[in-house]
Amino acid sequence: MLVSKKNTRTVVGKVITYLLLITICFLFVLPFLWMIRSSVIPLHEILKMPIVWIPENIVLSNFTQALTVLPFGRFFMNTTIILVLSVMGILFSGTLAAYSFSRLDWPGRDIVFYILMTTLMLPSFATLIPTFLGWRSVGALNSYLPLIIPNWFCGGATGSFSSVFYIFLLRQFFMGIPKDLDEAAKVDGASHLRVYFQIILPLAKPAIMVVVLFASFSIWNDFLSPSIYLNEVEKYTLNLGLRLFSGMYNAQWNLMMAAATVVTIPPIILFAFGQKYFIEGITFSGIKG
Amino acid sequence: MKNIIVKKSYKDLRSGLLFALPAILGFFIFSLGPMIMSLVLSFTDYRIVNEPVFIGFENYINLFTTEGTLFYKAIFVTFYYVILSVPLGVMFHFFSAILMNRKIKGKALFRAIYYIPSVIPVAASCMIWLWIFNPERGLLNYLLEMLHLPTSQWIGSEQAVVPSIVMIAIWMAGNTMVVYLAGLQDIPKSLYESIEVDGGNALNKLIHITIPMSTHLIFFNTIMGIIGGFQVFVQPMIMTDGGPGTSSLFYSLYVFREGFEHSRMGSASAMSWMLFLIILVLAGLFVKLSRKWVYYASE
Repeated sequence: MLVSKKNTRTVVGKVITYLLLITICFLFVLPFLWMIRSSVIPLHEILKMPIVWIPENIVLSNFTQALTVLPFGRFFMNTTIILVLSVMGILFSGTLAAYSFSRLDWPGRDIVFYILMTTLMLPSFATLIPTFLGWRSVGALNSYLPLIIPNWFCGGATGSFSSVFYIFLLRQFFMGIPKDLDEAAKVDGASHLRVYFQIILPLAKPAIMVVVLFASFSIWNDFLSPSIYLNEVEKYTLNLGLRLFSGMYNAQWNLMMAAATVVTIPPIILFAFGQKYFIEGITFSGIKG
Repeated sequence: MKNIIVKKSYKDLRSGLLFALPAILGFFIFSLGPMIMSLVLSFTDYRIVNEPVFIGFENYINLFTTEGTLFYKAIFVTFYYVILSVPLGVMFHFFSAILMNRKIKGKALFRAIYYIPSVIPVAASCMIWLWIFNPERGLLNYLLEMLHLPTSQWIGSEQAVVPSIVMIAIWMAGNTMVVYLAGLQDIPKSLYESIEVDGGNALNKLIHITIPMSTHLIFFNTIMGIIGGFQVFVQPMIMTDGGPGTSSLFYSLYVFREGFEHSRMGSASAMSWMLFLIILVLAGLFVKLSRKWVYYASE
């Protein structure tokens, strides 16, 4: 008797859990689905009341129209150039620093590391104005240099996200690689540079993947820096293009949703393929931090 | 023997600094340098066209006392947002994580779906929500009408604009849930079993094990929420431009306008230092308070 009562209770509990989860997840994904739906529906149908949930005939003309009004192909290229060069920079300075902070013994090492980490707390607005004035004084406004160069020094802050975070993540991972490996190599006379290239980097591939994904994502997402440094439309990133577009077509929701979809699809694809690394990375930084 | 050790650590010092050089340079050029520069600028009148003129504390004093200053408004809006979004976000995502941590099928799928909003670029999210919030044709009011619930002007209303942006923020922060979930999975099963032996129910488990064992994650997510919350910029910039009126004049937007629309770099620097100090004090206070209730398994 007692057992069956307990069983009913667990079954009820399970059903409630599933119902709540399905509801929450549905609400979370609904805006995304609504964007996709609104991007393939003709204007006269999108404004119809009551709402046409699923378009009667799916049209792709919204995309062709949205993409030809503004040079979104160009914006895509611009964003990609900034992204690739920035991520390369983050990997360069991030892995080198992480190697130093995890594998090399030098006096003051940990203090220097923690001082660098304090910049995680630094709001990007606090450094924004002098940094802007600095780039202005060297004539680099309206170029990609202010968006790319800081990343080569792990000194960039994209959004509210400082690049030193990647040093933290990589160092954490490097510390987990057994020390015997590089000790053995050093006995054989290998230099630090060789240990770094031939032992640490190949073993750190998962961590590097996490950094590449996080960094790509935050650069793709960045809005503040491009909006401050870029003022010619040909140099715009996708996000700036999207904002410009919304100013021009603010009542044509089908076109706006088509443009938003175009900007959203690449990170969604990236997420679909790299999901495992995403989850690992977040877990890692959250728990160990 | 001693000599060798000294020599070795010296050799490591050189390569150690060399490997960390880009990051150390970055710290000076892109963090410490600008911080000092902005402190210096905050004591000057500098509008780009003129040379900076030293004016003492005038920028700071003006911030508080100029007639029609929007400083208090910006502070109010931003605090209101943080006070609303941080606890709500922390609780909501914690609740979701507890649900996902139960023995259920399709956990990975639920988690992935939950995470999708965090993957959508903020600029695109703003477009989506502008459309959903649209008072006449938007999805949200339509659904509320269907359910016979009161509708709203959302971001078009002075009262609802900040809560609306809070709603978006919670929707966008799926990563918070992933952090909690990972932590919950680390809690030893034996702890729960001991409660079961004592005849405790699910509520006992929650209060005596799940919450106490997750305090370090609640701490982490709260502090990240506070730091991020004070820097919200894109949503008001794209969706409301600070309006209606000044009801969504977030502090970052306020600084941005002062610096990049009115070119008052000195005063904007003073404002950004104020922001920095506010975050520092609040985060510091929170860390201090947290010593009383945060539990670390490793200690």
